Amino acid sequence: MDPMAAIKQTFFQECEEQLAELEAGLLAMEGGDSDSETVNAVFRAVHSIKGGAGAFSLDDLVRFAHVFETALDHVRAGRLAATPDVLKIKLRAADVLADLVRAARDGTTVDEARCKSLADELRALDPNGGEEKEDDLSTLNFQPVVVRFEGLDDDDDDDAEDEDTAAPIVVPSAGARLYNIHFRPRPSLYAKANETALLFRDLKDLGKIKVKCDASGLPLLTELDPEGAYLGWQIELLTDRDEDAIRDVFEFVAWDCDLEIKDADEAEADAPMNDASESADVDQQVAALLELVRASAADEPAETAAPAKSGGKKKSKPAVAAPSAAPKEEPPPMAEVVPLPAKQTAQPASAKAAAAADDLKAAPTIRVDLDRVDRLINLVGELVINQAMLSQRVLEAGLARASAVAMGLDELEQLTREIQDSVMAIRAQPVKSVFQRMPRLVREIAAMTGKSVRLVTDGEGTEVDKTVIERLTDPLTHMIRNAIDHGVESPEKRIAAGKAEEGLVRLSAQHRSGRIVIEVSDDGAGINRPRVKEIAVEKGLIAADAVLSDEETDNLIFLPGFSTAQEVSDISGRGVGMDVVKRSIQALGGRIAISSRPGQGSTFTMSLPLTLAVLDGMVVTVAQQTLVVPLTAIVETLQPKATDVHGMGGNARVISIRNKFTPLIDVGRELSYRNTPADPLASVALLVETEGGGRSALLVDAIQGQRQVVIKSLEANYRHVHGIAAATILGDGRVALIVDVDAVVANSHAEADAQDNALAAVG
Amino acid sequence: MSKTILTVDDSRTMRDMLLLALSDAGYRVVQAQDGVHGLEVLKDEVPDVIVTDINMPRLDGFGFIEGVRRDTKHRAVPILVLTTESDAEKKDRARRAGATGWIVKPFDPVKLVAAIRRVAA
Repeated sequence: MDPMAAIKQTFFQECEEQLAELEAGLLAMEGGDSDSETVNAVFRAVHSIKGGAGAFSLDDLVRFAHVFETALDHVRAGRLAATPDVLKIKLRAADVLADLVRAARDGTTVDEARCKSLADELRALDPNGGEEKEDDLSTLNFQPVVVRFEGLDDDDDDDAEDEDTAAPIVVPSAGARLYNIHFRPRPSLYAKANETALLFRDLKDLGKIKVKCDASGLPLLTELDPEGAYLGWQIELLTDRDEDAIRDVFEFVAWDCDLEIKDADEAEADAPMNDASESADVDQQVAALLELVRASAADEPAETAAPAKSGGKKKSKPAVAAPSAAPKEEPPPMAEVVPLPAKQTAQPASAKAAAAADDLKAAPTIRVDLDRVDRLINLVGELVINQAMLSQRVLEAGLARASAVAMGLDELEQLTREIQDSVMAIRAQPVKSVFQRMPRLVREIAAMTGKSVRLVTDGEGTEVDKTVIERLTDPLTHMIRNAIDHGVESPEKRIAAGKAEEGLVRLSAQHRSGRIVIEVSDDGAGINRPRVKEIAVEKGLIAADAVLSDEETDNLIFLPGFSTAQEVSDISGRGVGMDVVKRSIQALGGRIAISSRPGQGSTFTMSLPLTLAVLDGMVVTVAQQTLVVPLTAIVETLQPKATDVHGMGGNARVISIRNKFTPLIDVGRELSYRNTPADPLASVALLVETEGGGRSALLVDAIQGQRQVVIKSLEANYRHVHGIAAATILGDGRVALIVDVDAVVANSHAEADAQDNALAAVG
Repeated sequence: MSKTILTVDDSRTMRDMLLLALSDAGYRVVQAQDGVHGLEVLKDEVPDVIVTDINMPRLDGFGFIEGVRRDTKHRAVPILVLTTESDAEKKDRARRAGATGWIVKPFDPVKLVAAIRRVAA
């Protein structure tokens, strides 16, 4: 890949990180954090984005980032108080900045009016009025030429057009002017590691020069301060270039020297430089000086031990060779041992540096292409399968369990499992990346609905497979939308109900028994059950006289085509209902449940598998087929007794488990493996729990065992099969299908309903 | 013999760009992520020129420059600061902290190398 393109990619990745940091920082400030490091981090985030954007000429982004940065700088400098109002604007500005970054990345466009209005709002925050900022902006596009000698050819071409003198580089043309330059460095020039000889080298590139050293200020050796600057220089420069070009050479040192540049032709009266001076061939001198500089740079460490030596050279470069810190600034406790105090001051700093570096090293990370990780995961999956096959072969070969081979295999199995866990952990990511998108969403929806809402997140560090995370955004977005739009009441209603004006939406994640549980809860009005029922009846989802428990009523909102909003509002009415949420959670192998208390709010609880690549399953036999039932769905297994099984008319049966009747579902019939109903007494029942919390008993022929299986997508390799979630490869190399428990249960319920209806119609 | 340049910048993008431009120009590049890290790197490295950003976490460019200038081993190393715009105030502060010169961002490789050549012997 083109290296610049690669860097650009890095830039956008980094932007995402900076944007997250920016938002987190602003939210922390909103929460009352006034720590200067937080404020600085926020500033830096925008600053870095601007810097990178400038490098890639992303002008819109630069412009907005600049205005934003300026506003943040006011806060940083204490010129502007970080009031809630100010922070609200900044948070919205952060949103716009994020849009701009993504627009730049994806080549899309942004809402310009919104950008502009926010930029104006940001400018309005300026305590000094906004005009100055515009000025800053104009300087932004101004790119001063730092150095000329490199691009001399081009520059000369340009100049040639102006001056109509096509001059070769060093040899000045007849039109060249003579400049007298008086240059006297101060000690500070050397302290900043600037170098007289290098300046002369640059001047030499402009034209022909003669340099004369004025050593009149040089004191006796005993009085000579090795850090001092005693030499002055008279330079004659014959060049085609103008005075600005000469000043350019001195750009870095302008503050640290006396500099006078005179056009000798104009100021003929000013004593012209005397050729009789001892200035020999300047080129040679410059070369010699450079040689000296190089030499001293090369054996610097040696020279630090002998400061007098460099002083003895009586040349223009005491500072480069002189080792100690400026003695005037640093009163040394022991005058003779100059380097010592400097060392001492350096030590605490480096100790601190080391300590801080430890912080940094706490979590070193590398970036890896996702493809590589996926390939690894795939391979580990194959390894698991292969290992299972091997075990099976050994078993078939009739080797004793205590044989060396079998024991070695046991160890291999453990290792495989460990490798698998470790590899899965690579793909695991904290849910933070999804959670951190939610504050913005909450702000936007709250603004749209005129409600006041605060989002509290918890457990952002909880890790889950990347695929799960990616597919979590949409359902979460929708649930939070719902919580604000339908859950949280308007401020007036809340006050009337004796609640705080500001509604609270809580988003939390935690690990629970091998799954991740994500909760979205609000402290709103709770589900309006009479209204939900009314709608369900209206839409023909339930019978008018249906008697439903509270829980069943709540679950009605997950039915397709259900929407409680009186009018389709801008927010919830995007054609996405809770049924879609439920389906996408289920597609991830997850479950969703709802609990609601009138007047106190609702809680949606999602439980998801940590990974989509493996699954703990129960291997069962149904009509000579081997199937896998996800272990997470199974509550218990039991052997049905004749007294517990009751017919319900048709083929429907129920089983009484601890005096509770549960539908008995014949998996073989549901999946059309056979037509005759299985004999419950010769079968095993698996008590399973579905999303709604309802329980059913699945009837299978026999249980083979419990095993971790690698999930292979059936859709990707074949096509979707109803009632089947995926496939896997067993130890004997055969493909086994993984049962989609919810689909099987739902399907059997639908059949039962249809049967009931048919009966009702007949009756 | 190729010269060694130490670049200190908290932005990965900027570090990458500096690395690309400088290594293309034949320099050897060592990198640090902020001022503290920069001072740490200087324990093992003797760069010919240092290029540093100003706004960085933990220890900013000003503090870093002061730290280098206090260090007997490195005090004579030319330091160029990266400034985003031709901000006189920031330049002035960098200068007072002991910076040798500056490079205005966004820079192109030619400008960058020119500025380095300008301060490197």
